[in-house]
Amino acid sequence: MLFVVAIIIGYFVYVSSLPNSKRPFILGLDLSGGSLLVFNADVSKLDPADVKASMTALRDDVEKRINVFGVSEPLVYTEEGKSLSSKEGAYKLIVELPGVTDPDKAALAIGATPKLEFKVISDEDMKENSLMMENLNSTSSEQQNFLALFKETGLNGTMVGRASLIFDPTTNAPAVGLSFNQDGRKLFSSITKAHKGDYLGIFLDDRLIQAPVVREEIPNGQAVISGGFTVEEAQTLVRNLNFGALPVPIKLISTQTIGPSLGNEAVKGGINAGIVSFMIISVFLLIWYRLPGLVAVIALGFYAVIMLAIFLLAKVTLTAAGIAGFIITIGMAVDANILIFERMKEELVNGRSVSDAMHEGFARAWLSIRDSNISSIITGTILYYFGSTSVVTGFALVFVIGVFVSMFTAITASRLFLYAIAPSRTTRLSTFLISNGFTRMK
Amino acid sequence: MWIIKHRTIFYTFSIVLVIASVFSFFKWGLNFGIDFTGGTLIEVGYDERPDQGVLQEQLVALDNSATVRPSGTSGYLIKMKPVDQAEKAKVMDILKINENASTTINAELKTFDSIGPVLGKEALRKSAVSIVLVILGIVLFITFAFRKVSEPVSSWKYGLVAIVALVHDVIIPAGAFSVLGHFYGYEVDTLFVTAILVILGFSVHDTIVVFDRVRENLRTQGKRTSFENIVGDSINQTVVRSINTSLTTLIALVVLYFIGGKATEHFSLALIIGIAAGTYSSIFVGSALLVTIEKWGKKNL
Repeated sequence: MLFVVAIIIGYFVYVSSLPNSKRPFILGLDLSGGSLLVFNADVSKLDPADVKASMTALRDDVEKRINVFGVSEPLVYTEEGKSLSSKEGAYKLIVELPGVTDPDKAALAIGATPKLEFKVISDEDMKENSLMMENLNSTSSEQQNFLALFKETGLNGTMVGRASLIFDPTTNAPAVGLSFNQDGRKLFSSITKAHKGDYLGIFLDDRLIQAPVVREEIPNGQAVISGGFTVEEAQTLVRNLNFGALPVPIKLISTQTIGPSLGNEAVKGGINAGIVSFMIISVFLLIWYRLPGLVAVIALGFYAVIMLAIFLLAKVTLTAAGIAGFIITIGMAVDANILIFERMKEELVNGRSVSDAMHEGFARAWLSIRDSNISSIITGTILYYFGSTSVVTGFALVFVIGVFVSMFTAITASRLFLYAIAPSRTTRLSTFLISNGFTRMK
Repeated sequence: MWIIKHRTIFYTFSIVLVIASVFSFFKWGLNFGIDFTGGTLIEVGYDERPDQGVLQEQLVALDNSATVRPSGTSGYLIKMKPVDQAEKAKVMDILKINENASTTINAELKTFDSIGPVLGKEALRKSAVSIVLVILGIVLFITFAFRKVSEPVSSWKYGLVAIVALVHDVIIPAGAFSVLGHFYGYEVDTLFVTAILVILGFSVHDTIVVFDRVRENLRTQGKRTSFENIVGDSINQTVVRSINTSLTTLIALVVLYFIGGKATEHFSLALIIGIAAGTYSSIFVGSALLVTIEKWGKKNL
């Protein structure tokens, strides 16, 4: 039995020495530094049956856009309709960018849904207002009236199958080549057929950038937009058109950026606090509980090692609050041990032999251990389920795992060691060693 | 025993603290952080801090609720309404966090949090519900665990006493933070709510241990001595254990408070206050209440 224990010890020690080599702890954003962006996803226009699929498509889409930026290990995930979310806030898209401290460009790239629309204006209307074409950026009311003359055609950016960057053969000016998909091709064809001689206005994000005349029917779905782009503008438009409109419109509702210096401070502080509290608690245990106290300290050591191993193997993300939770559970892990020891002392006071007192101590204390830890588990589970930020859920996870592991180590490790060292004879010395506190013994 | 004999004193102490806390709620309210109200919180560190008044003026031009507070000796904490990207660029400019800044100023963005109001309200709602659910869950659990103990105090009353102790343990840290919030700007954020929930789960530990003992003693000595004596004995037998458990947790928390880094400083403080209150309520108030309830029950017969 002891051999099994020794093997387990050896394994855990080995595992926990890995952190420095291949598999470091996974640190949450608040420890590694980085940004967290939360978007609200507007599913109101979607068919309820499509929502789940659309949210998945949204996630994939956004991840593609992020990867263009070369962020190391970004995390993109959706949060769907958890209970008690407000109606508007029910569906969210969350993007974690470790190491990115200036998330603005990323936020822009993620949210960009280029709105490309094609609208028709009749020949006469165009001729009447030809002056308006001189200053396309004007926002005067005459300009607005002019723009209102353009009629919707139903042809827009979602029907673009492929966009590409091309250069005008004569001027070398950058332009965007469009290749419509099947629906787009048909629509484009019918529009150009019906409006020969009229002008087709090309609107990008509600801005008119070009209005070429329709010379003939275009059946092959090819078009070129050459609205005086710079190379960069053309590239951006090509990229956005190719990524397509996002399946679900999103709006940025929260940004959080943690600079790396704060994160480092938190990690160091957490580690120091953990070590110091372990030491102080150990000293206290040794003084008050003596020999069983030593057992408790060893059990505590086990507890810490097992927890660290779990963090590594289960890839638990550590946050500042999570580290705090770990430290708190160190204090609480002692609880079960204390229960057992106090029980043992009572049995000793009642006149039992030392080894009997030990056995009785365990048996009687188990009920109390179970009951008092259940309340912590209730709390931790509710926290995890309702936690609105990763800070809270990070804490809850560590907390609940800690409670279970502490119960486990108290029942197995403590019991093992106590039985192993149980003195067979009841003498004053052994009674003193096993007892605790400073009461007088019978 | 003496705790039970002098229970009036202990009740009074608790009641005073609770009333003081409630008074503080009404007078000063709780200082909610941007987690709940929405808004922007920016922390910047400088080599050479620019003038606070100038920064404040420029920021107020963008948003008249903006405030600038010194943070430590070389930084500022800025609070304002939620900003979109365009506004953020302007703010960064004002704070001199951009490539064009001069090198003496050398601004370093430590944190930037901008939370929209929808998210804030949602967090508030979730927090309130979590607290209610945890209290309910714990009370149900206690009532269930003690369902077979009907004499002389019926089992649901154990649950009731637990609720009183729990509410007491939540009001006092909240009251403390209300005072701290008013005088020192301590904020109530989602971590504080987490602390409250941990306090709830933890404080019930000690209460359960005593109740457990009462139950056991009732079984073995129920007919021989008065309920008051049984409860007194139970407390006697469990007080060391209660104090020691809370002590080890408090040690960990105090260490965390002093060297654990700023992110969890207020968190550990809230926990320290709450767990101390919880231990007090379990030892001095919870069990004594059982005796009081038993005596009332007798009076009505």
